[in-house]
Amino acid sequence: MSSEIAPPAPGQQAPPHVPAGDAGSRPPLWRRALRWETGLVVVLVAALVFGSSESATFASQTTVFYAGINIGYIAIMALPMTLIVVTGEIDLSVASMLGLSGAVLGDLWHHGWPIGPAILVALVAGAAGGALNGILVTKVGLPSIAVTIGTLTLFRGVAEILLGSQTIPTSSDRPFPTWLTNIGVVPVPGTELSYTTVIFIALAIACGVVLHATPLGRAMFAAGLQSEAARFAGIRVARMKFWLYVFSGVICAFAGILLAAQNSSVSYNAGFGLELNVVAIVLLGGVSIFGGRGTIPGVVLSVAIVGSLQMALTQMNIDPNVQQIVIGGLLLVSVILPGLGRGARWLGSRPGSLRSGHKPPWARSVRHRL
Amino acid sequence: MTARPALVPGAPRLASVLRAREAGTAALVLVVFGAATLRDHNFADVNSIQQLLVGASLIALLGVGETLVIVTRNYDLSVGSVLGLCAFVVGDLFRHQHIPVWSGFVIAIALGAAIGAINGLITTVARVPSLVVTLAMLYIIRGVDAKLVNGHIVLPSQVPSAFAAVGYRNILGIPWLAIIVAVVVAAVGYAMRTFRPCRDLYAIGSNPEAATLAGIPSGRRVFMAFVTSGALAGLGGALFLALFAQVDNSAGVGYELNVIAAVVVGGVAIFGGSGTVVGAALGALLLNTIQQALVAVRSSSYWSEAIAGALLLAAIAFDRWLSLRVARGLRSAKGAHRDLSVADRGSPT
Repeated sequence: MSSEIAPPAPGQQAPPHVPAGDAGSRPPLWRRALRWETGLVVVLVAALVFGSSESATFASQTTVFYAGINIGYIAIMALPMTLIVVTGEIDLSVASMLGLSGAVLGDLWHHGWPIGPAILVALVAGAAGGALNGILVTKVGLPSIAVTIGTLTLFRGVAEILLGSQTIPTSSDRPFPTWLTNIGVVPVPGTELSYTTVIFIALAIACGVVLHATPLGRAMFAAGLQSEAARFAGIRVARMKFWLYVFSGVICAFAGILLAAQNSSVSYNAGFGLELNVVAIVLLGGVSIFGGRGTIPGVVLSVAIVGSLQMALTQMNIDPNVQQIVIGGLLLVSVILPGLGRGARWLGSRPGSLRSGHKPPWARSVRHRL
Repeated sequence: MTARPALVPGAPRLASVLRAREAGTAALVLVVFGAATLRDHNFADVNSIQQLLVGASLIALLGVGETLVIVTRNYDLSVGSVLGLCAFVVGDLFRHQHIPVWSGFVIAIALGAAIGAINGLITTVARVPSLVVTLAMLYIIRGVDAKLVNGHIVLPSQVPSAFAAVGYRNILGIPWLAIIVAVVVAAVGYAMRTFRPCRDLYAIGSNPEAATLAGIPSGRRVFMAFVTSGALAGLGGALFLALFAQVDNSAGVGYELNVIAAVVVGGVAIFGGSGTVVGAALGALLLNTIQQALVAVRSSSYWSEAIAGALLLAAIAFDRWLSLRVARGLRSAKGAHRDLSVADRGSPT
């Protein structure tokens, strides 16, 4: 964990600078205590206290299990999304990839394939879809937000072609194998956690180590802060982004298989519209939409907050749609607070010093060299 | 196709390339329409054409506002939920307060504009990326909408018949809905070509720093773009209510990305600074024509989404190629005035 990364805050668009590496320039203690994650921990504790005071069944292992079932597959997609946003790009096709992989799995199963090869092909489809995103963004040089809105529609469309309106397994099909569908029913042996939770934790640790403790992770931050400078520093920015999209495709395909197993069925519209939930979780976790700032622990905390709030509100019989007010409000406050701080500083300084029209990197089109 | 202001003489090739964008979209609409008609003669029916226009009109209307916002390098993801909220609020007022029919439109537009003002204020004053702000607003408005609806769906019997008539009446065979949207597109399209504050939007999107240095009040202009987008989404809500005469809390769900897709297919650069509202409206018409054509030809709509996605990718790749060409043309051009004229037209170079 490299402590010299400046406290991330969504929308905190300080002039991009690579953080100084020497310990002498560390910010004062109070600044470090004011990290984004500190705020998230406070909110998480508040959410847990709120949940257990409002609902008698909240503080139970069942809650933890079902929180994992409800949000686990979304949270898994948030991890590659975090890495991609840190490098200054975005991937809006994640939920469609989830739907497509489920559709591939279902279609092959429908045609009599055994489950193992069907899962493998679904994962390969994820890699192929991610590679398509990656090529269009890095090789053709198209803005990633436009590309992934396009593949969002494309992947969902292919899923629709594969399955149409049927739900697999149909009444004439074999049901999915029990060992697979048990994922949605039983916890991991020896714990009370759902499989999706355990997989999320393992993936989060892996992504956290890569992002915060390896040269590759530093390269991701560098690419997000100053793509050109990173390239001149010898980082193969385009290649890295390409493989991140492939990684995202595979992970989202994997999430699609997990969801299929949990539901014991697939339909083409599984996970419809979840891409914006994933983006919201990542941004609430303190990852800057402009790239170059963000931490995996922040995103994990954000997942925990959203998961526990959802469970608490559900146990209070509050309409899931109304719960969106809370999530949206949190997201809004999380971006406005640092923004207002900047605005106050701005009032004290001269006008025009703000990067009013900074173009977000995912809206830029730069021809990279692979 | 509206006529476009003449570029500096001496750059006819560039001018024709730029002009070709909307003409290309319109031509694609005709090609798809023609091909579908060849396969199924009923496709050219008055009824079928009316359906085409009505089906595209809501997305086209939202696309007009979205174009204004995207041209300034911002995004408005809240349009779909604003539409849903306004549709329900107006419907609810009709059934409980029995407000006059005309005020339904006024209230919807005002409510939409107010939400647009919130988006615009937060984006410009707190200087937060608009994508994040409008994403958060999307969730908040959806939640408020769900709380308001709370199972009490607005039913056709509760919508005044004079109001619902807007959704199905025609003048000379042209649906009112399409006429309203066409008037909005023409008016905003004219303004975007003619009036200085609207031209400023292109300048802001092309180069924000330069726009500020040139004395353009960027914040105020961007704010107005968001207010317009919200107001048009509000109007879209009223038209949604008139068209379907039934509103639950799923009205407009997922519209935001469809709108952006239509706008991008219509030639509006996702990184700001270029594109027209006419193009955006044609983009919406093209996507809807393809969808209906597939239904007519294959009697299945399963393929439409995949084709829409592929088309969207092709459109952005084409625009990228176009802008590279224009950039090359600019570099090889001798006179500096040429650069100015094209920069003003907002080529993303």
